[in-house]
Amino acid sequence: MTRFSAISLIAKALNGHKDWPEQWPDAAPKPAYDAIIIGGGGHGLGAAYYLAKKYGITKVAVLEKGWIGGGNTGRNTTIIRSNYLYDESAHLYDHAVKLWDGLSQELNYNTMYSKRGVMMLAHNVHDIQSFKRHIHANRLNGVDNEWLTPEEAKAYCPPLNISPDARYPVLGAALQRRGGTARHDTVAWGYARAAAALGVDIIQNCAVTGINRGPDGAVTGVETTRGAIACKRIGVSAAGNTSVLMQMAGLDFPLESYPLQALVSEPVKPIFPCVVMSNTVHAYMSQSDKGELVIGAGTDQYVSYSQRGALHIVEHTLAAICEIFPIFRRMRMLRTWGGIVDVTPDRSPILGKTPVQGLYVNCGWGTGGFKATPGAGDLLAYTMAKDEPHSINAPFNLDRFRNGRLIDEAAAAAVAH
Amino acid sequence: MILIHCPYCDEDRPEIEFAYGGEAHIARPLDPSTMSDAEWERYLFIRNNPRGRHHERWRHSHGCGRFFNAVRDTVTDKFETTYKAGEPRK
Repeated sequence: MTRFSAISLIAKALNGHKDWPEQWPDAAPKPAYDAIIIGGGGHGLGAAYYLAKKYGITKVAVLEKGWIGGGNTGRNTTIIRSNYLYDESAHLYDHAVKLWDGLSQELNYNTMYSKRGVMMLAHNVHDIQSFKRHIHANRLNGVDNEWLTPEEAKAYCPPLNISPDARYPVLGAALQRRGGTARHDTVAWGYARAAAALGVDIIQNCAVTGINRGPDGAVTGVETTRGAIACKRIGVSAAGNTSVLMQMAGLDFPLESYPLQALVSEPVKPIFPCVVMSNTVHAYMSQSDKGELVIGAGTDQYVSYSQRGALHIVEHTLAAICEIFPIFRRMRMLRTWGGIVDVTPDRSPILGKTPVQGLYVNCGWGTGGFKATPGAGDLLAYTMAKDEPHSINAPFNLDRFRNGRLIDEAAAAAVAH
Repeated sequence: MILIHCPYCDEDRPEIEFAYGGEAHIARPLDPSTMSDAEWERYLFIRNNPRGRHHERWRHSHGCGRFFNAVRDTVTDKFETTYKAGEPRK
């Protein structure tokens, strides 16, 4: 692996950038591995990297049915934050935010993590009370979050319309300054490159068609479109396709898969300095370093694997954006797309062991998995290496839907998040 | 936007007239007090979530207001059929 540095960049620039080697090899499947990760998104590649890096398990394969980072890793709005209400969630998401800090250096790959701040707007008395409760809960958990008056919010984000005549007036905002955005593709590429350098095989165009189990019920390997592969430990990190994979192991999961759409505008000069979310009007927006406004909102209403959604959802989202930011009313939108998100009944992820020996799962991140990428990868690796969950992800077990100990962030946020 | 056939109105109407009602044919427990935790889990939380044919409920909220069932392919989003509530699973 060539280390990226100012010197290597200058040296290659003198040569017209002609002889950069491939960043990682396109591996073919071997007959057996110590561990297999199903799903080559940020979470899965992260898990493979941490398995090799922290636990010395390097005979690992990441199986991706398409191309790496082509699923939800490449289809999200790249927002990073950890201002969740419940203790379990705050610890889980803040674990990820701590890893985002320094990830570029660790991977020697610029993930463009930008702590530009995530501002959540309050439009009514309930929002004010709820956000202030969030702020206090966050601060008790060591997560930064602060209350801004409308004027302070306007100062932080000048395009904001704080006129009292607005249909949904801004009465204040909660600001997490450590929140922000990162470049989604580089997260997948950075983890893939770093994992491959430690000996992990990144195998693309390899869909899993079956999960094999021995007489004792434990997993013995997988069937794929590129042949059978033996292994004792399988980590499933397949987002919207988790239910389908779990069926192969005979497990029914509390998940439903929905399309979540996002869109970007034409690129313009820097105008929008942070991430702004409004749960009440229901839209969120940031500006990428390329200049596009990146916009998203809620899911489509029905279960689907189509990776696309209906136009009226996009219209609804844009109506909300135009209401909060009238200056963008004449912006033209460039592209829209959809990703398939796996949603749990309590809108919190499932990350841990399953009833099948040797089968581990990382799923249910719903509409907010990108922010958790390093944390989810790290914790899935821990769980697979130790055969027991870390104290951070122990509450996010599958049993909670049976014993009733839900982590109900759906009720806490009042929307999918 | 997809068009949905309401079996009561007998018309193809745009999706915005309808509200999705989740997986169909989930029977409410007849004797809740005798149910085990595992049975509650299955009833409340476990969903088929298939890649392919999906039985689901829809409500024609901005039309006749009635619930009906549908079979839709979750890969193409194409409706195979819709039928009235109470009719057997298709």
